[in-house]
Amino acid sequence: MSEVTKLFKVTIDNITIDVAPGTTILNAARQIGGDVTPPAMCYYSKLEGSGGKCRTCLVEVAAGSTADPRPMPKLMASCRTTVMDGMVVKNITSEKVTDARNGVVEFLLINHPLDCPICDQAGECHLQDLGYDHGKEGTRYEFARRTFEKEDIGPYIQLHMTRCILCYRCTYVADQLTDKRVHGILDRGDHAEISTYISKAIDNDFSGNMIDVCPVGALTDKTFRFKNRVWFTKPVDAHRDCETKGCCGKATLWLRGNEVYRVTARKDEWDEVQSFDGKPGWICNACRFDKKKTSDWVVEGLTTINRHSVIGANKYKALQMPKETVKEVMGGRDPKLLMNIHNVSEVNNPAVHLSEIEGPAQMSDFKNSGEHVEGAGESTQWGMKK
Amino acid sequence: MQALTNRVKAVERKPMSFFERMYLVAIFKGMFITFMHIFKKKPTINYPEKKRPFSPVFRGLQVLNRDAEGRENCTACGLCAVACPAEAITMEAAERKEGEGHLYREEKYAAKYEINMLRCIFCGLCEEACPKDAIYLSETFTPADYQRKQFIYNKEDLLIPHPVEEPEAYKKALGNKAKKEIIN
Repeated sequence: MSEVTKLFKVTIDNITIDVAPGTTILNAARQIGGDVTPPAMCYYSKLEGSGGKCRTCLVEVAAGSTADPRPMPKLMASCRTTVMDGMVVKNITSEKVTDARNGVVEFLLINHPLDCPICDQAGECHLQDLGYDHGKEGTRYEFARRTFEKEDIGPYIQLHMTRCILCYRCTYVADQLTDKRVHGILDRGDHAEISTYISKAIDNDFSGNMIDVCPVGALTDKTFRFKNRVWFTKPVDAHRDCETKGCCGKATLWLRGNEVYRVTARKDEWDEVQSFDGKPGWICNACRFDKKKTSDWVVEGLTTINRHSVIGANKYKALQMPKETVKEVMGGRDPKLLMNIHNVSEVNNPAVHLSEIEGPAQMSDFKNSGEHVEGAGESTQWGMKK
Repeated sequence: MQALTNRVKAVERKPMSFFERMYLVAIFKGMFITFMHIFKKKPTINYPEKKRPFSPVFRGLQVLNRDAEGRENCTACGLCAVACPAEAITMEAAERKEGEGHLYREEKYAAKYEINMLRCIFCGLCEEACPKDAIYLSETFTPADYQRKQFIYNKEDLLIPHPVEEPEAYKKALGNKAKKEIIN
């Protein structure tokens, strides 16, 4: 191999970078990083053939190449357009792009329900981020939103078809990660929906990865459903020796106290699954859904969370509890508490283990969750007896 | 020493005369002021019997709202808890089962909801954060109590009375908010 591949010079938002031929504009922008990277809802670098569907990554190509410096007449989808030598790309510096992206977000939100208070994806949802950056305050759409019949696609994954933006990422996961594809897109156009044919349950070892891949809350973890909000859980990196072939065993645990509420694959800065030794770190369903004990895992340390993320709001700074010094200072006696909140509060009862409940909790799971303190709150504002 | 401001007044240190030392004039002056107050309007009110109107922006005890059919608005989205600067709010969510549609408006609801009134600073950020119009600060004070544990308010304490079953109590609890809704 004496042939030296010539690198292409691309300028994205006035920043020049040399990239290998065949790189897409989006990946070139990701090499620069920061604000110049176009957002992507459907493109997923670890899934072959993804991209080109959502149009959020549109960019303006101001000059095609050194050989042919004419601008491209239309905005290009940067995830599908490869770079040419001397290409000049405008992303955030172009008003046309911002305008088009606003329009794309409006289109994506036409049928998307305002479910965020209920949706388990809230806080780590790409469409939420996109809506914050580009969305309008209200909708101009006057018709009823697209609805679907509810479908149960198995005990592990919850499908909310109304939230789906048809990015096809999950079908690529089914295609490329599992040996037997059991779900895909049915129907066409506005009727298109993700489904398993004749409601077949998904029982592949790697089907859980479509939860990580879903940019919205259409596919969520049923074992985590409604248990907590992501920003109240503590993410830690952990690993275990997994026998399943193809499972990397490295995951992020989302803890509440010492309970493992949820297990996800580790994400990189683009919120895609991290690569280990050049291979995407997919995890198997056994790791994701069954290993819900801290003793199953070797905890490595806290996951770094972007400080702009709401998940950073949980204020967890360290894994170890700070040392209690009161007892030492007071000569061996415990601090005298006027009230121990755990004797009174019914929330986070130590007798109720939400992580051990298979599906979402129901009222009956909280029954007998500790005695309500006699007379607490009896003097309500309306003076009514309970 | 140089004065720090130009508003300094020199105090007169002249000894008082005999007539001044008797304080008779001063006493009668004072008594006259006291006497005149009998004819003035009383600024105090007999509190529990009479109550002052609350300002429309008054922030009192939190209420968990219901919709017109009496279903709970709260979906346990946790935005009030994350907005709360005093970290007074905690909750646990549950899924609505079939047949509970008349109790809860959405498929997810707060199974447990607690506000620690000892921590609450009545800033109203929970009301601002709420996307479902489920929590708002009413026009009542938090009642005083003898024990700290009485200030951990759970969902039953905070829920507004049922609008269909107890319409009068509901209207009373809504307070000024009801008037605002009529205007809108």
